[in-house]
Amino acid sequence: MIYYVTDNSAHSVALSDIPEVEYAALYNDLKERLQEQRYHIAHYFATPVGNRLKFYLLLLDDKEHKVMLSSFAMDYYDDVALPSLTALHPQLHPFEREISELYNVEFDSNPWNKPLRFSFDRRNRNSTIDTYPFYTIEGDSLHEVNVGPIHAGIIEPGAFRFICNGENVLHLEIALGYQHRGVEKEFSSTDNRLRQTLLAESIAGDSAVAHATTYAGVIEKLLQSPTNENLIKERAVALELERMAMHIADTGALSMDIGYQLGQVACEALRTMTINTTQAWCGNRFGKGLIRPSGTNKPLTEAKRKMILDNVAEISRRYDEVRLDINSSPTILARFEECGIVPKEEMYRIGGVGMAARASGATRDIRSSHPFGAFAQGYVDHQSVVKKQGDVMARLMVRANEVLQSAEYIRDILNSYDVSEEYSHPDYTSALTPNALSFALTEGWRGEICHVAITDEKGSIETYKIKEPSLHNWLALALAVRGEGISDFPICNKSFNLSYCGHDL
Amino acid sequence: MITPKIKVLRSHGIQYIPDLCDVTLSEEFRGRPILTQTDDMTKVESAAKICPTKAISVAPFSLDLGKCLFCGECALCAPENIRFTNDFKMATTKREALVIKPEDERVEFHHEAVRPVVRKLFGKALKLRQVSAAGDASVEMELNATGNVNFDFGRYGVDFTASPRHSDGVVITGPISKAMAEPLQICYDAVPDPKVLIVCGSEACSGGLYADSKAVDRSFLASHDVDLWIPGAPSHPMAFIDGVMNLMGLKHER
Repeated sequence: MIYYVTDNSAHSVALSDIPEVEYAALYNDLKERLQEQRYHIAHYFATPVGNRLKFYLLLLDDKEHKVMLSSFAMDYYDDVALPSLTALHPQLHPFEREISELYNVEFDSNPWNKPLRFSFDRRNRNSTIDTYPFYTIEGDSLHEVNVGPIHAGIIEPGAFRFICNGENVLHLEIALGYQHRGVEKEFSSTDNRLRQTLLAESIAGDSAVAHATTYAGVIEKLLQSPTNENLIKERAVALELERMAMHIADTGALSMDIGYQLGQVACEALRTMTINTTQAWCGNRFGKGLIRPSGTNKPLTEAKRKMILDNVAEISRRYDEVRLDINSSPTILARFEECGIVPKEEMYRIGGVGMAARASGATRDIRSSHPFGAFAQGYVDHQSVVKKQGDVMARLMVRANEVLQSAEYIRDILNSYDVSEEYSHPDYTSALTPNALSFALTEGWRGEICHVAITDEKGSIETYKIKEPSLHNWLALALAVRGEGISDFPICNKSFNLSYCGHDL
Repeated sequence: MITPKIKVLRSHGIQYIPDLCDVTLSEEFRGRPILTQTDDMTKVESAAKICPTKAISVAPFSLDLGKCLFCGECALCAPENIRFTNDFKMATTKREALVIKPEDERVEFHHEAVRPVVRKLFGKALKLRQVSAAGDASVEMELNATGNVNFDFGRYGVDFTASPRHSDGVVITGPISKAMAEPLQICYDAVPDPKVLIVCGSEACSGGLYADSKAVDRSFLASHDVDLWIPGAPSHPMAFIDGVMNLMGLKHER
């Protein structure tokens, strides 16, 4: 057996149960398997164990709802080159690049093994972010446009290099790493579980609930403690509120960029109302403080339950009016339609996830393929919103429909929520299962989030790996703008709204 | 074509906050804490132990808002000693004023520490250049919100500019990653003198969770004087607005 087969709601896995195979066996299997769209890689990383470098791989089977774990190892100072899987399946590129950057592992015939984020603990310290050689193309008619790392607005830093032919973008290269804070190392250098929870909330501030939920999932699987019904429901409400807030914010941002001021201000007000609802529940507009492992400090009261129900109904009603206005305005459609197209096959090839993938017809959605929490318990019957076109308009309409869908889910969950039930307090102290691997997959508003923890013989977290959906989708943005006018870059960018800090960690 | 727009407009109504000096946040909001010294401080000891950023000192009892991420866990641990209020007025001109002591009823702004040139030149309008240096996007979104349809801080002439050449100062968010140390310095140098320096969010004030990370380089703050410290995780738009209005001399509270 090459894989240990489990799923997203099972307990943690004993390290000894994960098969350690030859790289060649894994390579040959994935070479064939990844040609099928039902499979994709959720995580693939290396971690030093004694004098060895141990590699773990999490493969998702969307059709059978299974997670397949495998591993291989090599000597820490081995300098054999492994045949690159990225060369066959580009979706592996961020993983192989990270492994190379951190441990100097060579991947033979990897088409472009550029550093992923210039991690502080990278092997080659001579390779630095400010001397990074961007890809260039020779030609008298071509010119380059350099943007960043500091951008014109109030957003995170990252460097973009456009190669343009006149007004049109021939190629865009995105160089990231400016936001690197060493998040993963901070996780494994503390046993203070409250500190780890706050670290999870800070991975990407606009997805604080999604990342904290994923972290809580990882810990609860290591505690082997069942979570109660109300806690599961509250987390689903918080996650869908976060999805609504960010989709509305991006509808507003897209409106702003095409000079559609009415949509912009309406969405600004509606986003304010959404995050103020979260604040009135938990004291923070981004839901920080709400998600805690094995319990909560902010149980819903009857007054809060009613407040959320009323606000969400109002937001949903008013947002739908904006959606109808967009759909009936030819000047808006002229800007959004057929702009920034990423075809479905391309999305699958590069491993695109989340709402951006669904806008291209690639049905990647953890809520249905590897259900967790309320989606696994059947409190919500989730149907993914999928569009075919893959353009800015399709991404906007996936967002628009998901806002309305999330509002319905929140209503349904809260209508069956019993406030008189006892609630559990957070657990920061119980011992974690030793020598185990625990993972959790969550569908945040951007898409698939995957956290993996490996514990040592004392039950301390030895390795913590985080995957933000942006890790896959940045390449989708670079492909979306090819052939477009450079003036359409802002709307292409905002239609994805990817995370810099979540990528750079 | 026009009917859907009228519908949106009608539902939208009037959204702006009429008076930015008269705002009360939700009761749940975790803002400035109040500390109470008691004979038995064992609960504070356990709160200090669990605090993710070591913001609490037991003897003498104090809480550093520049480190605090407002998770509120200490108040649950030691409810008799620590209580969070919904007061967002936490910005100050002095870093040490962010250290709250027992029975402190406000964060002192220290108007005397504002350089006269700041009020003389920027009292009527202040254009700022924001630099995100490993901020987690939440502080950045809150700063964006200060100019939105609800807060409309632009009414006081406070805006964010695209170029440092057009600005009167820099607002830093995030713990300052190594990779951003140099771009931050270049951006700051590009702002014409005299200029203001504002540090926004607890992560920017102290490094927060990443204070000891090897990926962080805070040497910029060691060599530059800060005009305004604004704590929060993230800082609420009202915390920023209140602090900047005090800095400009548009209000003389605290």
